Amino acid sequence: MTASLRRIWGLMYRHLALYRRSWPRLLELTYWPTLQMCIWGFTASFIASRIGVGGQLAAGILLGGVLLWEVALRSQMGVAISFLEEIWSRNLGHVFVSPLRPWELVAALIAMSAIRMAIGVLPAILLAWALYAFNLFSLGPVLVLFAVNLMAMGWWIALGVVSLILRHGAGAEALAWSVLFGITPFAAVFYPVSILPAVLQPVALALPAAHVFEGMRAALDSGTIRWDHLAWASGLNLAWMFAAALLFARQFRAARTSGALLSIGE
Amino acid sequence: MTDAIRVSGLTKRYGATLAVDDIAFTAPRGTTIGLLGGNGAGKTTTIAMLMGLLIPTTGSIAVLGHDMAHDRFAALARMNFSSPYVALPARLSVAENLRVYGHLYGVPQIGRRIAELAEQLDLGDLLARPAGQLSAGQKTRVALAKSLINRPELLLLDEPTASLDPDTGDMVRSWLERYRTDSGCTILLASHNMAEVERLCSDVLMMKQGRIVDRGSPADLISRYGRDDLEQVFLDIARNRREGAK
Repeated sequence: MTASLRRIWGLMYRHLALYRRSWPRLLELTYWPTLQMCIWGFTASFIASRIGVGGQLAAGILLGGVLLWEVALRSQMGVAISFLEEIWSRNLGHVFVSPLRPWELVAALIAMSAIRMAIGVLPAILLAWALYAFNLFSLGPVLVLFAVNLMAMGWWIALGVVSLILRHGAGAEALAWSVLFGITPFAAVFYPVSILPAVLQPVALALPAAHVFEGMRAALDSGTIRWDHLAWASGLNLAWMFAAALLFARQFRAARTSGALLSIGE
Repeated sequence: MTDAIRVSGLTKRYGATLAVDDIAFTAPRGTTIGLLGGNGAGKTTTIAMLMGLLIPTTGSIAVLGHDMAHDRFAALARMNFSSPYVALPARLSVAENLRVYGHLYGVPQIGRRIAELAEQLDLGDLLARPAGQLSAGQKTRVALAKSLINRPELLLLDEPTASLDPDTGDMVRSWLERYRTDSGCTILLASHNMAEVERLCSDVLMMKQGRIVDRGSPADLISRYGRDDLEQVFLDIARNRREGAK
């Protein structure tokens, strides 16, 4: 194992050990996605029963949207909350004076986020199949590309949140939970971008999620794979990730200059 | 051989506040240097800059031959730090905490190293217990074990025996003396326990209002100030009675 991988694993081990001995934390990971799936699943069933054939498609779009949006949401929270765990345990001082590089810290947070997301969302996917006969995997291999793009979006948004926490301390903590909810209206999760007012459409199209969900609807509706939307989503993610990495590096240095690392969380 | 610490022209300014004001010092390898001063004297800021946690406004720091401005990670792998004011994750067991830091510092054969430290610092019964359930003294010993996990060549200790009963405090001090002798480690010790500083330190830096206002061996300082112990010297400096007893 290279030195970098070992340091990344060290930080992951710290979080995995926490989950190993805390079933409430594990329950918390699955609670919200499962609850969402129940609420929206019954709503979708109701719509399908009232509208008929078209309703089946609407129900599928609704359930697919709920499940895939949870992928983005859990990925974002996974990074931000794992970072907050270090603040809450007053452990950041030790972490930042270890040889762990900032990019290794981010890599460990992202790896933990992927694990948290899988633990949280997979039961909801299984529940959708068991209760509502909705099989997200019927989208085929393209589902992997959708999921990867939504995870990446969650990660760069989380990196932005972590940057703000580094800069502004505990005052920015609430963003870890709320930021993605604020983006939901523009992410075109449940409706096409064309439904949005013209002035808001460029905002939506600047978000990778809007392209992913356009692609998901096309796949569910006609079975076609919209490579153009996938390309846009991937390109936007790369650009946003680069911007978020720059912001993080800048805020980390600013925190080292201002002394914020000494008092973060207070 | 290069000094373990070489600081020159080090200044840290927060807006209008001058936290550290143009200090310079060196710590030869294998020595224990005491950093003393009242609250707000600049000790914590100085230690934070030595660890790369804080970027100096001006000045340079070289640790174990590495320039902390450009090569801090190479130095960080060879040093470590302990403070009762920085916690370890409370819900992880002591062994898990030490394993985490063993990985972060790239320690080979972590299990064996943890067993060694447990024996030397009498932590055997604590390894399986969550760090958050330990007494203050036990936490201090665990923090010390964490700081020794990578066999550091430079150890920065902030109040290493705070909260320890006299017996355990004495055990830790003896252990630190032995560790320094056996390993050749350099120790920078910030402490308000003057007897501890007298016992452990070969040199003492006295800080006040961000400046190093005096330095020397404990015996030299005591002699120069005409006092009986370092605590009286500390009070003279804190109360502006420079070499006051003479």
